Amino acid sequence: MSKSHAFVRPTDDPLWLKALLGATAIGFIVLLLLLPLALVFQEALAQGLGGFWKAIIDPDTLESVWLSLAAAAIAVPLNTVFGIAAAWCVAKFDFPGKAFLVTLIDLPFSVSPVVSGLIYVLVFGMQGWLGKSLAAHDVHVLFALPGIVLATIFVTFPFVARELIPLMQDQGRDEEEAAATLGASGLSTFLRITLPNIKWGLLYSVLLCNARALGEFGAVSVVSGHIRGETNTMPLHVELLYNNYDYVGAFAVSALLAMLAVVTLALKSLLEWRYADELAAVHRR
Amino acid sequence: MLNVDSVSKKFGRFAALNGASFVAPQGGFISLLGPSGSGKTTLLRILGGLEFADSGSVRFADLNWLDMPARTRNAGFVFQQYALFRHMTVVENISFGLKVRPRRNRPSRSEIQRRVRDLLELVQLSGLEKRYPSQLSGGQRQRVALARALAIEPRMLLLDEPFGALDAKVRKELRADLRRIHDHAGVTTVFVTHDQEEAFDVADLVAVMREGRIEQYGAPADVRKNPKTQFVSEFLSA
Repeated sequence: MSKSHAFVRPTDDPLWLKALLGATAIGFIVLLLLLPLALVFQEALAQGLGGFWKAIIDPDTLESVWLSLAAAAIAVPLNTVFGIAAAWCVAKFDFPGKAFLVTLIDLPFSVSPVVSGLIYVLVFGMQGWLGKSLAAHDVHVLFALPGIVLATIFVTFPFVARELIPLMQDQGRDEEEAAATLGASGLSTFLRITLPNIKWGLLYSVLLCNARALGEFGAVSVVSGHIRGETNTMPLHVELLYNNYDYVGAFAVSALLAMLAVVTLALKSLLEWRYADELAAVHRR
Repeated sequence: MLNVDSVSKKFGRFAALNGASFVAPQGGFISLLGPSGSGKTTLLRILGGLEFADSGSVRFADLNWLDMPARTRNAGFVFQQYALFRHMTVVENISFGLKVRPRRNRPSRSEIQRRVRDLLELVQLSGLEKRYPSQLSGGQRQRVALARALAIEPRMLLLDEPFGALDAKVRKELRADLRRIHDHAGVTTVFVTHDQEEAFDVADLVAVMREGRIEQYGAPADVRKNPKTQFVSEFLSA
C-alpha cells in the first residue's frame, strides 16, 4: 500500500475495512432477508408442487386472493389521486396550515395500524356514530369489502404523497410558472409539465403502495371480522391457516405474497434500468 | 404605453415594493437596476402575473394589466434559472406556447414548424432541435428560453436576471443578441439586473431601485451623468 501511496484517493478506505463492511452488510441481508424468504418457499413446497397447488386452489384461499386484489385495485388508484393532489398542494402553493397538513399526511405512518382499524370500528360499528343508521339502510361497512378498502386506504395513504412532496419541492415552481406565462391552462400545465416530471417517482410510489396494500394486516384485521372465504384477505388467511396447523397452506399463501413483492421490486428495477437516461435527465439538470 | 403606478407588495411584514411607479413608451427597453432586496424581481413578477400586487395599478396598451391572469397577458417571461421543460426537446420547448393555445387560434402544424425554425435562426441555435435542456450549455439554454418566450409573439418581454448564471463572455454576446432581437421584434421589454454595466449598455431607460421604490429613472446617459441621490451615485460608482 505504501508503494502506491500518492495515488490513494482521500475518500478511499483500506481493503480490510471495505471487506469487513461489505461482509457485514451482505451477511445481514442473507441472514435476515434471504434466508427467511427461502424458508417460506421451502415450507410451501414441503409436500411437493402438488401440495402447493392444492393449497392454492382451495376455494377459501382463492377467495382471499381475490379479496386482496380487489381491495388493492380500489385503494391504490384512489391513493394515487389523493397523493398527487396532496403533494401538488404542498409543493406548489403556500398557505397557512401547510406544516400541519404535512404532519397529517404522516399520521397513518405514526399511528399503529390496529388503532387505525379501531377508528373505523368506532365510526361504523354498531356501537359507533354511524353504525345504526347505516345498518337501517342495509349498508355494511365493517366485516365487508368497504371496511377493508377504507382501512387499506388509510394505512397506505402516505406512500404516494410522501414520495412526491420532496420530489416536487425539489423541482420547484419555475416550469409551471413558465407554462402559465406561455398561456397554458392549469389542467394543461399539470398534464404536460407536472405529470411528466414526476412520473418515475409516481410509478415507484404506486408500486410500494400496492405492495403494502396487499400485505396490510393490522388495520384490516380489526375491521374484517375474519370470516373465512368472505372477508379474509391474504395476510389474514395466512394467520388463520397457520393457527389451524395447516403449515403447507399458510406457507403457500405466504409464498404467493412474497412473489408479488418480488415481482413488484423486479418491475421497479427493470424500469429504472430501461429508462436510466431519461430518469437522470428529469431528476437533475 | 406602459404605466406602472404606485405598486406595493408585502411578503408578511417585509415590504418588497413600496409604491413603485414609472412610465415607458410602447416598444421601449427598460432596465430595473438595484441591489438584491430592492424589489426589482418582485416588480417584474407582478408585471408577468406570477405575483399579485397589494395596491397600485398597471396600464399597458390600454389594458388593465393587473386584472388579467398570467396566461392571458401574453407576456413572455425569461427566468434566471432558465425554467426550460426538462422532458422536452428544444423544438418542443419553443413550440409549447403555440401548441397549448385553444384550437381556434392555434397556428397550423406547418406554421408552428416554420415559426420555430425562424426563432432558432434568430437565437442562433439551428442544428440543436432534438437536444434536451440537460444536453445544452447555460448560454444555449437561455437562448432556448428566449426563443420560447418570443414564440408566443408576446406583447411584453420580461427577463429576470437572465444572464446572471453565465460567464462574462457569454453574457456580453447574449446582451448584444437580446438588443438585436428587441429591435427586430419591437416588443416592450423589461429587464432585471443588478449589474449596472449590463443595464446601461442594453436599455433605453434605466430605473434604479432601492427598498421597493424607484430612486431614479431616465435615459442611461442622464442617470450616469446626474445621479439624483447619494444612493444612486454610490451604487453607480461601486
